[in-house]
Amino acid sequence: MDNLHRKPLAQLAHLFRAGEVSSREITDAFIAQIELQDKKINAFVTTTFDEAREMADAADARRKNDTLASSIDGMPIALKDVICTRECKTTASSNMLKHFQSPYDATVWSKLKKAGAVLLGKTNTDEFTMGSSTQTSAFGTTKNPHDLKRVAGGSSGGSAAAVAAGMCAGALGTDTNGSIRHPAHFCGVTGLKVSYGRVSRWGVMPMASSLDTIGPLAQTAEDCALLLEQMAGADPKDSTTPPENVPTYSEKLEQSLGNLKVGVPRKFLDTFAEKIDPEVSRILESAEAQLRSLGAKIVDIDLPHAQYAVPAYYIIAPGEISANMARYDGLRFGEGKKGKDLQDMYHKTRHDGFGDEVKRRILIGTYVLSAGYSDQFYRQAQKVRTLIRQDFDSAWEDVDAILSPVSPTPAFKIGENLEDPVKMYLEDFFLSPSSLAGICGISVPSGKSKTGLPIGMQIVGPAFEEARILRIAHQMQQQSSS
Amino acid sequence: MTKKISTDDILHLADLAKLRLTPSEAAAFAPQLTGILKFVGELQKVKTKKVEETSQVTGLQNVSRRDEIFPFDAEIELLECSPHPTKQKSIRIPRIL
Repeated sequence: MDNLHRKPLAQLAHLFRAGEVSSREITDAFIAQIELQDKKINAFVTTTFDEAREMADAADARRKNDTLASSIDGMPIALKDVICTRECKTTASSNMLKHFQSPYDATVWSKLKKAGAVLLGKTNTDEFTMGSSTQTSAFGTTKNPHDLKRVAGGSSGGSAAAVAAGMCAGALGTDTNGSIRHPAHFCGVTGLKVSYGRVSRWGVMPMASSLDTIGPLAQTAEDCALLLEQMAGADPKDSTTPPENVPTYSEKLEQSLGNLKVGVPRKFLDTFAEKIDPEVSRILESAEAQLRSLGAKIVDIDLPHAQYAVPAYYIIAPGEISANMARYDGLRFGEGKKGKDLQDMYHKTRHDGFGDEVKRRILIGTYVLSAGYSDQFYRQAQKVRTLIRQDFDSAWEDVDAILSPVSPTPAFKIGENLEDPVKMYLEDFFLSPSSLAGICGISVPSGKSKTGLPIGMQIVGPAFEEARILRIAHQMQQQSSS
Repeated sequence: MTKKISTDDILHLADLAKLRLTPSEAAAFAPQLTGILKFVGELQKVKTKKVEETSQVTGLQNVSRRDEIFPFDAEIELLECSPHPTKQKSIRIPRIL
């Protein structure tokens, strides 16, 4: 069958179940694309083709015996390289862990493996997921498949580029402050940031523990729904996963949008107006029109503290990062350096192992948590976080979902924004509020710039309402493709 | 107002974080941190006198489980993660006392 690598995961799963194509054929089609394209795109840090073929053959056997494990059985996926796997090393795209082989699987990978997913490899990320462009990876920048001179976004840039280039049927990323939604927007794929606690993080390398989430990237919202229903749920090994029911998300996509009310935070967008590309504004307008045509009512809402989300994030997250990165001491795992004593070993290991962005965030975190500054910075940021959550709580009294751009521009050129960290942090302007509130959001491909670069729009929903935002995204995609 | 961060401040912070930096690395970070702290200093404008802090969003409290032992089958692999020699299921590191 031709062009298997261009088909959405849901369609491939359907063809596989119907016996029209084998998992081995699908897997080989993606492997061929990785071999053809990834030298120039650099989406993968490690590939696992032998293991993938074995897993595909096992899925084919299950299909013959009528014992398929799930609706995604036999589907080839890629995992961001912070998700621990026994099949191959997990590097966090850092020199610190360049040879790290995990002795166990992350819960999310155990679940997907049990569901029959086929692992094609591990994808590139900003080092320890710290960045918005996959340029801080120790293993080279991931290029945007739509324009190789541009970044894929980040930090899950490898996963987004792999999906966009037809090198996997779906991929997992992590989203602490937009790291799934941002590259999905830059690469023209669908990316879902789940509510905090929706997916177990056990076995996934942490960045900022009060914010980190794991979610799917794929061609369509339907694909994301199929993946999420296998990934989500409480895990005794992760005490931040509430015992919330896991709906069969893929069965709820066609439900009517009914009297849906979608808010647009107009004043918040206006505070950033001069930085928003006119093409992004144009596509926001067309997304509003599309939602109206689907029966939704668009209303203006106010999120009065949302403009403070990025500065709050860049206090809270570095604080948590400086604590989480303390584990990389070069003793139990990672690249340990020799030194004249233990202190000297720590210092050398961390100097050689971490790149500049990781060091920068450790230094900021150490500063904002230090005695004398923690009230001024850290505690103030936590209070602002409360105000941002309250803004959303008030908004949900009036609307069902919120529409906004994902970031102010389409993909920027490689090398841009690297010299000025604050400029890079502003990429997160529309992403930080929902991250700090712990709610869910989805980046939906919504159009293209005149030069052909993808532009996505973001739909945000209340905590644990993934079914709702997936449904909205799905119906927008159905309408666009018909 | 936030203060200007000096190269010496950076070297002190790095020492607290057990991170060696060369003087030229520290000198490059100093203006960047000054800029970042000025940027995040925006938050001082927000009135928060009566606001509680948010440290987590799930509302879960005191999550516990039964005190059961689960076998772990990869002890050797776990020890092999260390770059240092191991002996009797322990990692040998320089003495600390």
